[in-house]
Amino acid sequence: MTAVPLQPPRRLVSFTLDGSETRVPEGSTILDACRSAGKDIPTLCQGDTLTPKNACRVCVVEVEGARTLAPACSRRAEPGMTVRTDTERARHSRKVVLELLASSTDLSTTPRAAEWIKEYDAEPGRFGADAARVNEQPRIDNDLYVRDYDKCILCYKCVDACGEQWQNTFAIAVAGRGFDARISTEHDAPLTDSACVFCGNCIEVCPTGALSFSTEFDMRAAGTWDEPAQTQTTTVCAYCGVGCNVTLHVQDNEIVKVTSPHDNPVTHGNLCIKGRFGYQHVQNRV
Amino acid sequence: MDLRYTDAAPTDTERAAVDSLLGPPPSGWEGAEERTDEDLRWARGGAAAARDRRDQLLPALHAVNDRVGWISEGALNYICRRLTVAPAEAYGVATFYAMFSVVPRPAKVLHVCTDLACAARGSGALCADLADRLGPAGTPAEGAVWQESPCLGLCERAPAALLLQTGAPPAGEESVAGAPPAADEPVAGVFRCSAVLAPATAPAVVTATRAPEAAPAEPPAGAAVPQAGDPGLVLLKRIGTVDPASLDDYRSTGGYTALRRAFALGPAGVIREVLDAGLVGRGGAAFPTGRKWQATAQQADGPHYLVCNADESEPGTFKDRVLMEGDPYALIESMTIAGYAIGAAHGYIYLRGEYPRAYERLSHALASARTRGLLGPDVLGQGYAFDIEIRRGAGAYICGEETAIFNSIEGQRGEPRSKPPFPVEKGLFGKPTAVNNVETLVNVLPILEHGAAAYAATGTETSTGTKLFCVSGQVARPGIYELPFGANLRDLLALAGPPERMRAVLLGGAAGGFVRPDELDIPLTFEGTRAAGTTLGSGVVLVLDDSVELPRILLRIAEFFRDESCGQCVPCRVGTVRQEEALHRIVDRTGAGAAADVALMREVGQTMRDASICGLGQTAWNAVESAIDRLGVYK
Repeated sequence: MTAVPLQPPRRLVSFTLDGSETRVPEGSTILDACRSAGKDIPTLCQGDTLTPKNACRVCVVEVEGARTLAPACSRRAEPGMTVRTDTERARHSRKVVLELLASSTDLSTTPRAAEWIKEYDAEPGRFGADAARVNEQPRIDNDLYVRDYDKCILCYKCVDACGEQWQNTFAIAVAGRGFDARISTEHDAPLTDSACVFCGNCIEVCPTGALSFSTEFDMRAAGTWDEPAQTQTTTVCAYCGVGCNVTLHVQDNEIVKVTSPHDNPVTHGNLCIKGRFGYQHVQNRV
Repeated sequence: MDLRYTDAAPTDTERAAVDSLLGPPPSGWEGAEERTDEDLRWARGGAAAARDRRDQLLPALHAVNDRVGWISEGALNYICRRLTVAPAEAYGVATFYAMFSVVPRPAKVLHVCTDLACAARGSGALCADLADRLGPAGTPAEGAVWQESPCLGLCERAPAALLLQTGAPPAGEESVAGAPPAADEPVAGVFRCSAVLAPATAPAVVTATRAPEAAPAEPPAGAAVPQAGDPGLVLLKRIGTVDPASLDDYRSTGGYTALRRAFALGPAGVIREVLDAGLVGRGGAAFPTGRKWQATAQQADGPHYLVCNADESEPGTFKDRVLMEGDPYALIESMTIAGYAIGAAHGYIYLRGEYPRAYERLSHALASARTRGLLGPDVLGQGYAFDIEIRRGAGAYICGEETAIFNSIEGQRGEPRSKPPFPVEKGLFGKPTAVNNVETLVNVLPILEHGAAAYAATGTETSTGTKLFCVSGQVARPGIYELPFGANLRDLLALAGPPERMRAVLLGGAAGGFVRPDELDIPLTFEGTRAAGTTLGSGVVLVLDDSVELPRILLRIAEFFRDESCGQCVPCRVGTVRQEEALHRIVDRTGAGAAADVALMREVGQTMRDASICGLGQTAWNAVESAIDRLGVYK
């Protein structure tokens, strides 16, 4: 169990959400309001520990009086606003955005992608067999994690986590432009030659599995990755005195990856190289 | 932040190029070759100081790219050390802009425009001819490389080409640390423009590429104004009739009377005049200028900034270039007035990188205005401090989007920001900012010279004043035309000399829409074009006759948007690619053969329009849609 710090009291704003009067704390996004009202809106680039970048545009909703649709993840609820989350226009955009994404990248390891594609009747195949794809080979240049940009939807979360929002390492950025834009180190150098400190916080926030532990990548390739069979145990990292919580993901009595609870006030989901990757000694069996 | 650099070191030339912009490095922490004892004893700078200098990133990249032709790993490292910027971020910025290269390339780069107006006037044949003479595009030969380019803004003289050459700045501008240019190094202007060729022929282009210094001079800006000298002109009245380099000429033709009137009225009075005049923005969005100024002026947070959007990159648009080249002081005076009204002490002109002559003219005009006390700490002795800085773009259409400009000036990738918050609240450097395009600003002069009522007497009730139109394509007299709002398309084309067998007119540029030859009664007003289901946009009137293959033009439009999408949001990044693919599939098909792809494009187009972050994605389907619906292009 983790402690949840109390926030200073906030005023409530009231607005109309799908026809019903809704009151949310000032500063809440439309997505926050939807979630507290029990509505499910698909979103990929939104992260609970990061400022929304609203780049994926899967969560668009209709705001009355606006020319375009609004991203629910970053548009804040304003008093008197009228929002509709399930109009034909919004559903159409979500469907086409899912098609555009699934036709250009590999969403096979994106949680819930298949479910949403079904829900919105998206047909990624209709752009034809020749539709341009990202088409990148996985980059394996170190022992700890793999970058598979064929799965990257350019949500910017890893860049934000590596940069000023958490880690302040700035090892990666978006390079290039348009369809050719990619997450990249300087001059596309291997990670080992870059500023990367291997904290793995980028993996923590990656929504598609484009960044993954080498263990997970290898086990998936071997067909042995079995998430439902894994147990998760949250404990305290023993390396230093900060007291970060680490969650050990264990499959067949082996630690396969390490995460950290996002609601933990010490880590907010972030760890350092030791907490994230330094677990081999635990199972150093003779 | 703990930055890490690779071992790559800059060459002396690269170091000199950066130092000529930033001065010599003050300490070992900032890239001096040796760390002194003092450096090791004291830490200076730090993250806060670094943030203050981040906005020098784009100028520093320009400095190296201008001097060496490309940006090496060592040069990038050095820039990052000087500015405390992470190399990965600087690499992301350098690879965002089309005019920069991070791989070696020849000293001479020839940009050949293949965009709409040039395509309509033979750029295809020109490129084919160039490929025969110079080899295929993108392949270096004889110390030069040529490449296809988006619109160069020389549409009245299409087809156009621009030759850029690396070089050291002229001797006088070589600063402290810079080594003098080697004898064999070509000495060009700091902007390294060598020749503007328009209209371009393959032999002339090849000759100019081999010997740039012998290339013929450009015709004067006034040549782009067929109505030059007409007493009815308001915004164009000086172009072609006064010397753009002479401040005295400018003053003798009424220059700086508007600024004096502004000081007499006070900031609130100026805003009232602009509101009463009914001026709306001419950049395409038609937002009331007075309201924007008022909203900026009212913000408690400070400082306030003024940004002049001179990143005119819409295919077919060249009016701002002609204004800046032919009447640069008018822009400077109107910016001074705008800055005064909104309470700004600092104004930026964000100028597109492909406008070398506008850069020279404006730089000269700024320097002489400063000397004469028309800019600086005490403008006209009125106790108002205001100065203007030019920032060069580096080849990115998206940087004409008002929030992308901020990111670009701040040294970030030129990606648009989400709104809200709007620029009047949080704009450049997170401070209240008014962004106006060149033509909008220049309109402030007649408003103040003759009063709001006189200004509003021209035009219609909701579209007041005059409007500049960029007429190009198959007309007898392409150029910039100024007409009072209310004139219709037929009146405008009558002036320019329409073709005998007109096929279509593209209004508003690549982000605008096509109209048919039987729709020439459309009034050229904001409300009139809106009622007709089209837009004035940035004032593009591209006339196509029946010799033009429309499907190819549509492909070029789709290619343009795919190339220029910043890649930030999915509907635009992938949608523009899918649109281009569909147009490729149906390029020679009609009727049932095209129907499925037309339906697919409609679905993607609707999503781009509804769900993209900024105007680029939102309008990327407009022209194609109008060609399908109004011209029946695939019927």
